[in-house]
Amino acid sequence: MKILVAVKRVIDYNVQIRVKEDGSGVVTDNVKMSTNPPDDNAIEEAVKIKEAGKATEIVAITVGEEKAQETVRKALAVGADKGIHVKTEGVLEPLAVSKIIQKIVEKEKPDLVFMGKQAIDDDCNQTGQMLSALLNWPQATFASNIEVKDNSLEVTREIDEGLETVEINIPAIVTCDLRLNEPRYASLPNIMKAKKKPIEEINVSDLGIDITPRVQQLKVEEPPKRKAGIKVANVAELVQKLKNEAKVI
Amino acid sequence: MAVLLIAEHNNKELRPFTLNAATAASQIDAEVHAVIIGQNSESAVKKLSELPVVKKVISIEAPHYENFTAENFAPAIVKLAENYSHIVCSANTFGKNLMPRIAAHLDTSQVSDIIKVISPDTFLRPIYAGNAFATVKTNDTKKCVTIRPTSFEPCESSGGTATIEKGEAGEEFSNTKFIKREEIKSDRPELGTARIVVSGGRGMQSGDNFKLITEVADKLGAAIGASRAAVDAGYISNDHQVGQTGKVVVPDLYIAIGISGAIQHLAGMKESKVIVAINKDGEAPIFSVADYGLEADLFEALPQFMEELNKLNTIQK
Repeated sequence: MKILVAVKRVIDYNVQIRVKEDGSGVVTDNVKMSTNPPDDNAIEEAVKIKEAGKATEIVAITVGEEKAQETVRKALAVGADKGIHVKTEGVLEPLAVSKIIQKIVEKEKPDLVFMGKQAIDDDCNQTGQMLSALLNWPQATFASNIEVKDNSLEVTREIDEGLETVEINIPAIVTCDLRLNEPRYASLPNIMKAKKKPIEEINVSDLGIDITPRVQQLKVEEPPKRKAGIKVANVAELVQKLKNEAKVI
Repeated sequence: MAVLLIAEHNNKELRPFTLNAATAASQIDAEVHAVIIGQNSESAVKKLSELPVVKKVISIEAPHYENFTAENFAPAIVKLAENYSHIVCSANTFGKNLMPRIAAHLDTSQVSDIIKVISPDTFLRPIYAGNAFATVKTNDTKKCVTIRPTSFEPCESSGGTATIEKGEAGEEFSNTKFIKREEIKSDRPELGTARIVVSGGRGMQSGDNFKLITEVADKLGAAIGASRAAVDAGYISNDHQVGQTGKVVVPDLYIAIGISGAIQHLAGMKESKVIVAINKDGEAPIFSVADYGLEADLFEALPQFMEELNKLNTIQK
């Protein structure tokens, strides 16, 4: 079984986001970047399945500018066998990314495609579902547990009401929740070895897809700030304020 | 052209966020039609027809719609789409799972999780976990939009008399099989819609100590929340998690106890109307968003808090 895992390069989750003064976006120059956190869970799960002898090959793919390749290199260091970097410039919407991955799926013929449930930059939560629609494959989103069966996966999904379990036939798409597993760190020897693993570079123009953005970002601004609150001296004062000033209890 | 609202329900009742999504839909265009897909869902269909903002209900029933699988729902909605300018539903796990599947079939770039309708093609949405707000304009002729339910008031739920039409069921998608749903049952208000939320963090030190929070929540009629740190430490189950990777809550009162205020937690609660923080570390970031901060040991403060609440003659519920 072959697993394709999609990874995205985003601003590191520990970085405090700053909005550009001209409202054109957020500051990305000299800001630490890393792999989108739930994409790390997607790679980890693929590697665990391979270690359990249920997968034979893991291909990591990213779509984006030159430096996006770092995320593929990291996936290779953690256990992916081969990388693919589809090179693009400028804004990419989830619909465009899913069309690009669809082309790669047609070429690579994986049995499963894993990715994070959401990217922490645009917070769209769309790509996996769109890809499964384009391929007409089953989808299991927000996965917190995966059991590999003969020709299917049994997946536990995190939903608002609790947990849902579905069985999806292979080939299928899974989008991964942070609870799915604990991503490992790459060891130094594996980081060195990963440098020798192949990364195929593909220019997006060679795929023959229209990736022109459909949604214009008119303005990016800081969210409204909360006005500064006060510190109360003790519990009695707190309860009195909640009762008589805020009038919420 | 009219707006098509996708109703979320459990075959008996509408799920509460359907009312918030209906409000958002009506802000895009006054002509709101609602599609409800399920099995034996007559009572939910009737409730939907009673929402005054909904002008027409399309009910689609078939056995394979019983468990709300996106692979079954999407083609049925796509079939209706040609009559509508917009398709709208909540950006909760139901809508997040379903809408992109519809959008891709329609070759439309979806706008996710909007918090404000600026005009029928322009919306405000949070990005970077709410650390920035983006104003976006979609140029697609068919617009797929998910809305953040807590950013829109629920619509009126009675008084309407929308006509009910039967819609045509699509084929079953045989490669996905629903197995089970484990719903967390509780007498408490639901975290996503509660008027008051009392949340505990790593400072609670153990799952047992969460009973201090349970007592306060019972007294206030509140839902119980938790930070990711408390969930990861195993103090409480993950359906209580508030934050970027948990639930986004906007209660009238949010009480954060022993929570330091990591960025990812703040993203889930900082729009609350009144925020209280109780923490022994006076430098904790949670105090920067708190209307009322109390620098104190929670194990002393919580019993005192119960005492003071018990002294009150009345508590709003």
